[in-house]
Amino acid sequence: MRELMVRAMYCEMLGYEADFVYIHAIKLAQQGTVLEKRVGISIFLKQNMYYLQDLQSTNLIEVCMALTVVSQIFPKDMIPAILPLVEEKLSHPKEIIRRKAVLALYKFYLIAPNQVQHIHGKFRKALCDKDPGVMMSSLHIYLQMIKENPASYKDLTGSFVTILRQVVGGKLPLDFNYHSVPAPWLQIQLLRILSLLGREDQSMSELMYDVLDESLRRAEMNHNITYAILYECVKAIYTIHPKAELLEKAARCIGNFVLSPKINLKYLGLKALTYVVQHDANLALQHQMTIIECLDHSDLIIKRETLELLFRITNAQNVTIIVEKMLGFLRLCNDDYTIIDLVGKVAELAEKYPFTIWFIQTMNVVFSLGGDLMQPDLPSNFLRLFADGSESEEQDRQLKLYAVDSYLAVLKGDCSHLPQRFLQVISWVLGEYSCLKEDVDQQEVIRLLKKLLEQRGVSSETRSWALSALTKLCKGPGYAELALELAESLSSSLDTVLRQQAHELCLLSQDSQLHARVLPHPAPSDNLEVDSSLSFLDGFVSDALAAGAAPYKPPHQRQEELSQQRALSLEPYGLSLPVTMSSCTLTDRQSPTFLSMSSDLSVLCVCSANTLMLEGVKRVWGKDGYIPQKEPSLTPAAVDEPSDVVQSPDQQGAAETSLPEPEPEPPQLDQEKQQLASSLFVGLGSQNSMSLLGKTEVAVPRFRRKARQHESASTSGTSESSSNSSHSSRSTTDSFLYGGLLEEEPATPIQNSYHTLNSTSENEGAATVSAKEDKQANSSQILGKSIVSQRNCSKSLPVAFPHSSDSMVLQLPSELQELPHSDVVSLTSDPHLSVSCCRVFREDALLLVLLLFNPTETALRDVAVELSCEEPLMLNTEEYGKLWLSISNDVKQNLKLLTGGGDPLRATLNALKDSLQLHIVDIIGSEGIVACHLLRGGPCLMHCRVHGASLAVWLRSPLPSLPDCLLYHCQRALQEH
Amino acid sequence: MMRFMLLFSRQGKLRLQKWYTATAERDKKKMVRELMQVVLARKPKMCSFLEWRDLKIVYKRYASLYFCCAVEEQDNELITLEVIHRFVELLDKYFGSVCELDIIFNFEKAYFILDEFLMGGEIQDTSKKGVLKAIEQADLLQEEDESPRSVLEEMGLA
Repeated sequence: MRELMVRAMYCEMLGYEADFVYIHAIKLAQQGTVLEKRVGISIFLKQNMYYLQDLQSTNLIEVCMALTVVSQIFPKDMIPAILPLVEEKLSHPKEIIRRKAVLALYKFYLIAPNQVQHIHGKFRKALCDKDPGVMMSSLHIYLQMIKENPASYKDLTGSFVTILRQVVGGKLPLDFNYHSVPAPWLQIQLLRILSLLGREDQSMSELMYDVLDESLRRAEMNHNITYAILYECVKAIYTIHPKAELLEKAARCIGNFVLSPKINLKYLGLKALTYVVQHDANLALQHQMTIIECLDHSDLIIKRETLELLFRITNAQNVTIIVEKMLGFLRLCNDDYTIIDLVGKVAELAEKYPFTIWFIQTMNVVFSLGGDLMQPDLPSNFLRLFADGSESEEQDRQLKLYAVDSYLAVLKGDCSHLPQRFLQVISWVLGEYSCLKEDVDQQEVIRLLKKLLEQRGVSSETRSWALSALTKLCKGPGYAELALELAESLSSSLDTVLRQQAHELCLLSQDSQLHARVLPHPAPSDNLEVDSSLSFLDGFVSDALAAGAAPYKPPHQRQEELSQQRALSLEPYGLSLPVTMSSCTLTDRQSPTFLSMSSDLSVLCVCSANTLMLEGVKRVWGKDGYIPQKEPSLTPAAVDEPSDVVQSPDQQGAAETSLPEPEPEPPQLDQEKQQLASSLFVGLGSQNSMSLLGKTEVAVPRFRRKARQHESASTSGTSESSSNSSHSSRSTTDSFLYGGLLEEEPATPIQNSYHTLNSTSENEGAATVSAKEDKQANSSQILGKSIVSQRNCSKSLPVAFPHSSDSMVLQLPSELQELPHSDVVSLTSDPHLSVSCCRVFREDALLLVLLLFNPTETALRDVAVELSCEEPLMLNTEEYGKLWLSISNDVKQNLKLLTGGGDPLRATLNALKDSLQLHIVDIIGSEGIVACHLLRGGPCLMHCRVHGASLAVWLRSPLPSLPDCLLYHCQRALQEH
Repeated sequence: MMRFMLLFSRQGKLRLQKWYTATAERDKKKMVRELMQVVLARKPKMCSFLEWRDLKIVYKRYASLYFCCAVEEQDNELITLEVIHRFVELLDKYFGSVCELDIIFNFEKAYFILDEFLMGGEIQDTSKKGVLKAIEQADLLQEEDESPRSVLEEMGLA
């Protein structure tokens, strides 16, 4: 049997199917001796449960083997079953078992992080284990956790630094040495952790300067392993808060790497340089000749890396030559991944400098080389840039004429080998702009397009592009015949889109007025209004719902439900709720949520699907420029952003005034290379190439963001202080005007924030509360992307606006009027007070301006504004049960319980209730259920259970990001307590 | 984290494979085939690192065998090279000047050594002695195991 197994295993390894032996392998592993177990286990690294008994064995080696198998590919569903056993092994007396147990837990963490959440304490214990091997394995887990959330492990920085210092100092047993370097793996792991902890955090970085310096110093030996440590050190130094002295050493290290004759080191040197060059472009300048040599290296990998480096240092002066080099590489390259990547990069560079003939040429090469592999948004970006045009009319015209010319030339040649995307771009441009060119016969263009349409091997997408171009061109009576002919030939086409277009063409060509209206020329540049919520369908949907149709469920929800049905239910809910409620219909109140959500999602699906699918639709709406609507946010950035990313303003200035001084180069270098170098590195150096100065310059852009935050903080501070000073005669009694409490729904769900506002004015008071939602400040990514966690509330001074006696004209403060804003909407009013609101869209924030107006004679003393967006959802237990089953989007998490006085569960829930406005539905034994819902939004249900010293909560809501958001606020609320 | 490790011969025969992430059988085959082509086409003087799909490939040739590891973007290439080297050292020590045939005929042993050395894609035991000791113990137990069953039970209880 054993022999047979071994043979089967060999077969499997060679790639033959041997599924049928698995069951025998399991049997063997179960009954056999140790040898047979080994054979059995190693054959079916697939999943099974039979090694459970091995984990409980007293035999050391059997346990080892079981743990090894556990850490192989392992199914998520089975972790709960096996977790306690593995956990228990963490306190095994043998270190090898502990080590394996930690690694098995690491594997579990990777598979399902929230299932091992409750044993974080044990990880800490493993970190403090007396055996360095166990400690080292626990670092894997820490690296992963710190990567996800650096902020919560800052307190461990000191310990990591101490460990690293001990390791570097050679305090570990000699067993851990590798080629007489103390524990290199451990060192590298620690360096990676430290760089994560020190990123953008000065105080943490200061802790580690010394030890980084020491590791740099100690790693002197000429062996691969020391280079590995050095490389990691350099990366860490450039990641953490910069320190000039260390940067200098790191730069020297990189120099050694780049200049090394060993090819592996050279490669790493280039990689490090790529990483570093954003901070310090001078470094690339120092090594320019090496870089030039690498550019012509016979190894494609080195070449590729060099191009990557050049890509980072591109500026207005050297972009042409760098792009040329990249295109040259593209022609040689045959690896799909590389092509996609490089094509994207070339296009990115080219798009930074549009409106030149060079741009068109480059993009043409990109399209013909990149072919159909490239990212689908590339062609549409290009067309959008092209359609938007530049400022100068004449230049624009020239450019478009050039493009038309070049494309006509392309089409005249053999175009059967051209990629479909390129053909699509060509047809669009010809359809849109060929009439700009007077001397070209339209008939000629039409003939070419027709040829394209009839060509074999052209996809139906491309055909449809070509046909819409033809439709644009066929105006006037002269073309009716042609149109008819075309329509005839295509009316029997199998492709419905084509057929529809042919039909449209036929009709439009007969009615020139309609043609002018549907396809105006030139295409208007303003975007089409598209009802993205598909609200015109709402009536239909609600009718269908009323008629008994099932509500739409987005695909992910369906998926989840399916998987829930399939998976074993390990959760408590199946028992505590009546089973009969599983099929419940939605109440009226919720259906709008579902509706709006479903329509939103369907739009999303449409957008994310192949962009060209819209082709048919757009014709129905009678506008040819659907491309301009695509990603409107992207292109302005590409256009607006000035040519330069890499350089700091100072350097840019220097570059404009003077070319860099030629570096002292050995005379025997040939002229050509020098020319290449000077053209590549033009604009990079500042005149005085003192490295220290260069670094201080470079530090500026890196921390610009921080500075801006300070700035905004200080401005808000000053405004506050000025408001205080102007109201120094503030009344001593801080009476709150509760009548003025208002409920506001901000654009995104946020926490409640209370703040009082002291503003008085004699007759009428207008207070502007601008709730700034600073997206940039939101660096803690606990919440979903769309939800903003932090909010700086700044108050600005009351704005006196012109007060006309009868009709009150509400105006925004002057500094906000410039910005795009919504209309001032009156929210509520009574005889004493009226409240209006307006949204102002600033570049970095959404400002919510509340305008309070007091028409009476009394003075408005204090205003308390409460922003709230959740409110308690009143439900009883039964309704809760129904609702719970009807929604998905689960989030599970452990929270800490409040201890002190009475029932901890009740205390915790009450605290949450007070701070977050939740409704406690019921508390049954050690479980509690809580509900709340967004104002005019979906509900969120929470189930809590006391689990040891923590509270296991399980949230559900129809809105995908609401549970995360609520959970975060629960955590915050509990922390504050 | 290491994604997978492959050993293959100059002729493109796969000798050993170990995957640390769940991959479908079909994808595995495809990846192995592609990767072998890429690696075998490279000349001896070339750099031992490759960027391939979204992974970094680190390979090294020992005699007629290629050792090839796929690591993630943020991993250190040089240390991966040393992982390979350490594995070869371990094989060498265990088999006593290892050759391709050793791995072909005792491939289960090679797997055991690899399991003892790397676990879940991360290095488990850096000390050569430690790994070999663990393997020896397992071998010992296995040999004793082949003797009557009561002995095992004694061992197990001891």
